[in-house]
Amino acid sequence: MSYTGWILLTASLVGLSCGLVGVLLILRRMAMMADAISHTVLLGIVVAYLVTQQLSGVHMLIGATVAGLVTALLIQWFHQVGVQQEASIGIVFTTLFAIGVILIATKVGNAHLDVKHTLMGEITFIPWEKVNVPLLGEIPEAVVILLFVLLVVLFFVVAFYKEWKLTSFDPIFAASIGIPVTLMHYVFMSLVSLTSVAAFDAVGAIMVIAMLITPAAAAYLWTDKLYMMLILSSLFGVLSAFMGYYGAVWLDTSISGAMAFATGIIFAISFLIAPRYGIIAKCRKIQVAQD
Amino acid sequence: MLPVISVNNLSAAYRKNQVLQDVDFQVEPGTLTSIVGPNGAGKSTLIKVMLNLHPRLSGDVSFMEMPYNKAKKHIGYVPQRGSVDWDFPTNALDVVLMGLYGNVGWFKWPQKKHRELAMQALSEMGMADYSNRQISQLSGGQQQRVFLARALVQDADIYFLDEPLAGVDAATERVIMDTLQQLKSRGRTVMVVHHDLQTVEDYFDHVLLLNRTVIAHGATDKVFTNDHLYATYGGTLRWMGERVR
Amino acid sequence: MIGFLSYNAQWVLLSTLLLGMASGLIGTLSYWKRQSLMSDTLSHAALPGVIFGFLVAGSKNMPLMLIGAAISALLGAWLISWITSSTRVKEDAAMGIILSVFFGLGIMLLTYVNRMPGGGQSGLDNFIFGQAASMVSNDVKWLCVLAAVVICIVGLLYKEWKLFLFDSAFAQGLGLSIRWMNAIYTAVLVLVIVIGIQAVGVILMAALLIIPAVSARYWTQSFRLVLILSAAIGGLSGMLGTFVSTLGSGWPTGPFIVIAASSIFIVSLTFGTSKGLLVVYIQRQHQRKQVIIAAQQRRVERGQ
Repeated sequence: MSYTGWILLTASLVGLSCGLVGVLLILRRMAMMADAISHTVLLGIVVAYLVTQQLSGVHMLIGATVAGLVTALLIQWFHQVGVQQEASIGIVFTTLFAIGVILIATKVGNAHLDVKHTLMGEITFIPWEKVNVPLLGEIPEAVVILLFVLLVVLFFVVAFYKEWKLTSFDPIFAASIGIPVTLMHYVFMSLVSLTSVAAFDAVGAIMVIAMLITPAAAAYLWTDKLYMMLILSSLFGVLSAFMGYYGAVWLDTSISGAMAFATGIIFAISFLIAPRYGIIAKCRKIQVAQD
Repeated sequence: MLPVISVNNLSAAYRKNQVLQDVDFQVEPGTLTSIVGPNGAGKSTLIKVMLNLHPRLSGDVSFMEMPYNKAKKHIGYVPQRGSVDWDFPTNALDVVLMGLYGNVGWFKWPQKKHRELAMQALSEMGMADYSNRQISQLSGGQQQRVFLARALVQDADIYFLDEPLAGVDAATERVIMDTLQQLKSRGRTVMVVHHDLQTVEDYFDHVLLLNRTVIAHGATDKVFTNDHLYATYGGTLRWMGERVR
Repeated sequence: MIGFLSYNAQWVLLSTLLLGMASGLIGTLSYWKRQSLMSDTLSHAALPGVIFGFLVAGSKNMPLMLIGAAISALLGAWLISWITSSTRVKEDAAMGIILSVFFGLGIMLLTYVNRMPGGGQSGLDNFIFGQAASMVSNDVKWLCVLAAVVICIVGLLYKEWKLFLFDSAFAQGLGLSIRWMNAIYTAVLVLVIVIGIQAVGVILMAALLIIPAVSARYWTQSFRLVLILSAAIGGLSGMLGTFVSTLGSGWPTGPFIVIAASSIFIVSLTFGTSKGLLVVYIQRQHQRKQVIIAAQQRRVERGQ
């Protein structure tokens, strides 16, 4: 595949995974939790590197998942001890992220991680770091990781579709019919961590948030059916990836920034023209009601 | 007759206040009991503690001689309407279907028979025409009926409802109480946290007066007296214009 | 970096002290308004405005960049409000959207600037993690002035803030305009963010607004004392963090300020005299003993 092809594929995979996870994120009102986790996976990656002295993908994934779970647990704990939810999130993610940045900036253990890279990703490097996959040949490592993560996400979303639905809609009732609500919460946090770190390489920390939240929010304005929301969100994610890439090439600017901004454009358009929940439709309804 | 619900020495706290203290009562099968008491008396907490949705400080609860975990399948719970996200992308039928997820089982999809059961429950609540409606488009009373349909579809032996009549229209109130009466006539046991003292005698054959602990419990005509009400509400109650003495 | 006794270094330390104090004060207000993470969103949203100001001025022009930051942040706040009030998208999602999309735009502009000839000297990168050491004396003096203004506004309107936060219904009855208080609050918040991002950076600015305020609550229940303590902790964190960051070359200031604040938080959480973990533990043991004694007494009474 061509250089551009790999980049587009990578970004699309990010859009797909984030789009799926993002739907559950906003329905469960955990957007800020995702914000926190996408920052703290940085520390997970750094610690994984320090422990293993390698920059391998598998270790990153494990380190990130652990970081994500630790984040969720800490936030939960602070909240239980009486700190407001938002403040708990703020304390935990800024502190863990700061530690990660300091470790990198002080070059503890000679980490070859670059802070800018983790923030903004470096999708242009991805096609160069290839690994050998049986049957498929030489594929960029990031693509392999993303494919793996996408499969994991798809599996969990499909296999437990009705349980996600119920625990997001009415967790109290779900608990009363025997669904392990807390377990599912932490499984979900792990999925968010996994998706974040896989997307890290491509779009960096902050933009992962854009990919997680914005396409899902845009999809939310178009439909009343959960499965359709999942489909649309993934589609919008892929669309943002393409728009962002070509926009960045045209303007000669950061690809990840452009992708993040592209999610915003899609949201803005949905905000205006979505047939039932967009602004224009709502104004028309009000006018009709007044006539 | 062996009690279908047995509560012993139950104590619980809510946000650092002891909200339930030494709660003791037995419920006979086939009864329709209302739980009444002032705000903060622990009524909602009582149900949540009994269903292991809230931690307890002491005491035990058994349903049909079994602990909650073994009896879960036989218990239906209708929580307060406020605890749900009404903007969720789902329709009325879907919500009722959720009551059957336990029956559908892990890794499987709801089948036609589940859908039919759900539609039937909706019809019994007079909501068949709204099966496709997104839930935010339903009125308060309609939402409550959908919730009740969801509980009915579980075909439980014991039902707990938390303020099901709060903020509903008269027609919905009738439908709900008719349904509860039907459940009772089928031998099920129902306990309802109820907010309206005026209707206790009309609707419920048993009553549990609660204010942190059980003030009185039993048949409504025997237990729903001025003395007991005064003990429960502590002189803060105005009963049909007169101060309770 | 020159030794910490230098004239410039003294000004920098003073400015981060004042900044920390101002953040501590505003952060307390945010906490009670239950809007702690809004500051995170607005900080990120400020980035494109900073760079836009740079582009308009053609070079590093601090007042213009700060005005740009303020406009950008306020635009973000307004959009969040619009989205939440007119669609089913909830506030947390709206915040996430504005945070990431604006920041993405900021990165686009930043990359564009960095690729311009001479753009690498813009010092704009420092707005991401903060670099107190790179502040020029004029900037520093501005920062001090503005921080002092913020401190004054909070101090002078103390009674009004108290009513506004804890009993707005009563306040309205007294003629206090809630809309005005909200406007002043937003203005002061944006001001603190805008002057703070130079030292702490957009990503970690929220920490300086959240952590001191939360820490103070473990030492006192009085609103006035919380404000004062929060300011003190914020100021201390600002100074300490800045000082440590000067010990290494090229170390960003933001993360060190955050760590300083977090350390104070951990200490407060554990040892704080008002609801600190240790104190609560001791109280609970005491309570448990009381409950056991009371239950024993009751059993004795019943037995007889």
